[in-house]
Amino acid sequence: MEAPQTGEFAHIGKSVVIKGELSGSEDLYVDGNVEGKIELRNHSLTVGPNGKIKANVTAKAVVIQGTLDGAVNASDRVELRKSAVVTGDLTTQRIAIEEGAFLKGKVEVQKEAGKSVAPASS
Amino acid sequence: MASVSDNVMKFFRSSSNQTVGPAAPKKPTRRSSGMGEISRLLNSEEGLCVLDMGATSASNIRFFTGKGHKIYSEDLLWSSLDPALRIQDSAGNPVLDSKKFLDENLVYPNAHFDVVLCWNLPDYMEESLVKPTIDRLWSVMKPGGFLLAFFHTRDAGPDSICYRYHVTATDLLEMQEVKVAAPGRPASEKKSPRLQRVFNNRHIENLFRDFASIKFFLARDAIREVLVVR
Repeated sequence: MEAPQTGEFAHIGKSVVIKGELSGSEDLYVDGNVEGKIELRNHSLTVGPNGKIKANVTAKAVVIQGTLDGAVNASDRVELRKSAVVTGDLTTQRIAIEEGAFLKGKVEVQKEAGKSVAPASS
Repeated sequence: MASVSDNVMKFFRSSSNQTVGPAAPKKPTRRSSGMGEISRLLNSEEGLCVLDMGATSASNIRFFTGKGHKIYSEDLLWSSLDPALRIQDSAGNPVLDSKKFLDENLVYPNAHFDVVLCWNLPDYMEESLVKPTIDRLWSVMKPGGFLLAFFHTRDAGPDSICYRYHVTATDLLEMQEVKVAAPGRPASEKKSPRLQRVFNNRHIENLFRDFASIKFFLARDAIREVLVVR
């Protein structure tokens, strides 16, 4: 997956280091280092291949190509790409994991009321 | 009767390799009596906690979460290769620091898991870590919980293939050859884990002596399945 156009996403480049709480109401692409907490609620977080996140994440969708250390709560879906290294618990409705991705933690797929679970795919 | 032009087109279609790629190699499968017994529990209850001690497997996550269970993924074989675990004992011999290993891995509350899928970990893990790991598993499993492990029945040689198991149906496992690099090392250094030893029945019974019961299933592929109840 290529980095999205900066006009579509808020973009944190690979030389950027952020410590603290990140929240927003637009989609976010992180290819740098973030340590603290990330809250996007109804938007998506994409961790680029150079991204290193040490934070608990709350978002609608979370796509991980880099490294994430923390709990992820995604109201819609989580995708672990083949280069992803994730240490932490994942709570979501749908999850996709590519061959080669690394996960150390719990996966809990929550059912949305009235809908069936869309399970993991590779 | 097909026209000449049809036959020419058939020829080009069949000889072209641009649209039809080579078929992906089919992974071998095996029936697992132990997994079949665990599946009966999985089908009868919801919200169980399952610990998968193999490499991250989308198939297993799909299988267990699809049945409404929580799955924990922790690749202990990979973790055991961490160079930071290597220390020297009082005689100067290189050993693995089992205390540090258990400080960093299998850190869960007591009586947390209903099912532990150990797979072939004890056969491939360094000797000094095996017993402490099984003892920790006893602590984190619920009384009555199931543990499934696979052991070679004869010495297949140190270069025997190490498989990672993917659950594809109630008692059917897909086998994928595993190659690992130590934590922090590049993928180019991946290699097949070496079979460390072959446990006989008595060794296995000793290994799980604190557990409530143990059941052996012998399979045709020289693998002994062991289903242990905590």
